Amino acid sequence: MMDLRPRSHPTYLAFLVHRISGLLLALFLPLHFWALGSALRGEEALEGFLRWTDQPLVKAAEFGLVVLLAAHLAGGLRVLALEFLGWRRRQKDLVALSAGLSLAVGLLFLLDVL
Amino acid sequence: MPTPERGATLEVSIWRGGAEGAMRTYQVPARENQTVLDIVTYIQRELDPSLAYRFACRVGMCGSCAMTVNGRARWTCRTHASRVVGPDGKLELRPLANLPVIRDLATDMAPFFDKWAKAGGRFQPKDAKDGAVPEEFAVVPPTSKQRQEADAGIECIGCGVCYASCDVVAWNPDYLGPAALNRAWTLVNDVRDGARAERMEAVAGDAGCHSCHSTQSCTERCPKQLDPSASIAGLKRRLFWDTLLGRRG
Amino acid sequence: MSAARGQVHLWIVQRVTAMLLAVAVTVHLVTILLAVRGGLSAAELLGRLQGNAAWLCFYAVFALAAGLHGAIGLRNIAGESLGWRGRGFDLAWLGIGLLTALFGIRAAWGLYAA
Repeated sequence: MMDLRPRSHPTYLAFLVHRISGLLLALFLPLHFWALGSALRGEEALEGFLRWTDQPLVKAAEFGLVVLLAAHLAGGLRVLALEFLGWRRRQKDLVALSAGLSLAVGLLFLLDVL
Repeated sequence: MPTPERGATLEVSIWRGGAEGAMRTYQVPARENQTVLDIVTYIQRELDPSLAYRFACRVGMCGSCAMTVNGRARWTCRTHASRVVGPDGKLELRPLANLPVIRDLATDMAPFFDKWAKAGGRFQPKDAKDGAVPEEFAVVPPTSKQRQEADAGIECIGCGVCYASCDVVAWNPDYLGPAALNRAWTLVNDVRDGARAERMEAVAGDAGCHSCHSTQSCTERCPKQLDPSASIAGLKRRLFWDTLLGRRG
Repeated sequence: MSAARGQVHLWIVQRVTAMLLAVAVTVHLVTILLAVRGGLSAAELLGRLQGNAAWLCFYAVFALAAGLHGAIGLRNIAGESLGWRGRGFDLAWLGIGLLTALFGIRAAWGLYAA
């Protein structure tokens, strides 16, 4: 059994979020491209697909994806800041900032679609 | 934990055995002032002389008494019982993770130190090959950037707490680990050293710095407040530019 | 070429695509937030993308970066959790990444030429 007790510091949680969001996004990517590919079959096919996405459940999934994407982006910027700029002292602040940014993007999306 | 009452006891469960084994529980008198190492010593002297564990200095200098205390790697000599014993009076001690267990609380540190050697952890004087003593003292200005990078990681005493706390070590047994990579980074920044190119090759790839995911458990746990995670990031940065600019030969 | 060298190259691709994606995903998120106002329609989408070479280039680079970035990320996860390591797996992941990217570029072309 995995021992969770020593894994609760902010940068570890940031890693978990980054890994899980990355995994889900990577699996979603081919689906996304396949759906957009419907445009190859003309405007009507694309319109048909877009109307399918109007369902509440699909919109909820889209909200999830937007939050995952924002979280992966913000968390990735933290990693790049550490690796390429050597920003080591404010790592915990960057984690908090990433979380805030992804929530803000998610909220904006919700406000837009509701 | 509040000040223990007279006659109060702690319930200490300890790993007994090697790779195979089981937890065994001991009742230890609770004292106002005791470290986790004091508790282990009490058990061995008063309750069960067959208990194996390792320590030397008892004051946080030697780095030999690290164990897994309530799931987290710590120096037992510098961990006051009151900081880790819960309100239920329970304490759980296991050997360091990610290392072979010799017996009970003593691990075999050989794989840990072998990786230091693999990471090029030995200083190779530029102007005196084969470890000869250079004729002159090297002058390294304390304010120079490289000196400061090296100074930031130099205080490591090799206790293995970061290595035991690192998930990447658990996932990839070849991974050199935070301590060895931190050591390599201090030497890469040592202007007196002449083995930089070989060392950079030794720490490159999946067994080296490129597997680190910056979870920073090493930095979080280091009892010396070092930042191996930043050292590893430094190695990655250096290798990124060396590779792109064709400086790796 | 040594095994370690190939691994370093994969890491470099991962980080260079990350830097590209940092910009592209930001643009993507802003576009999403603007586009979903008042609902998505095929006419609106095609009005923006059809015959627009700048968007085509953007999405082509975006798809290439995302395909490679995702595949290398999956490679790391598979190596660490499933023990899928070695040159054969690396080449397979690289192939999957390029294939995903091609699929995305095909979709972008579809929207451009629709």
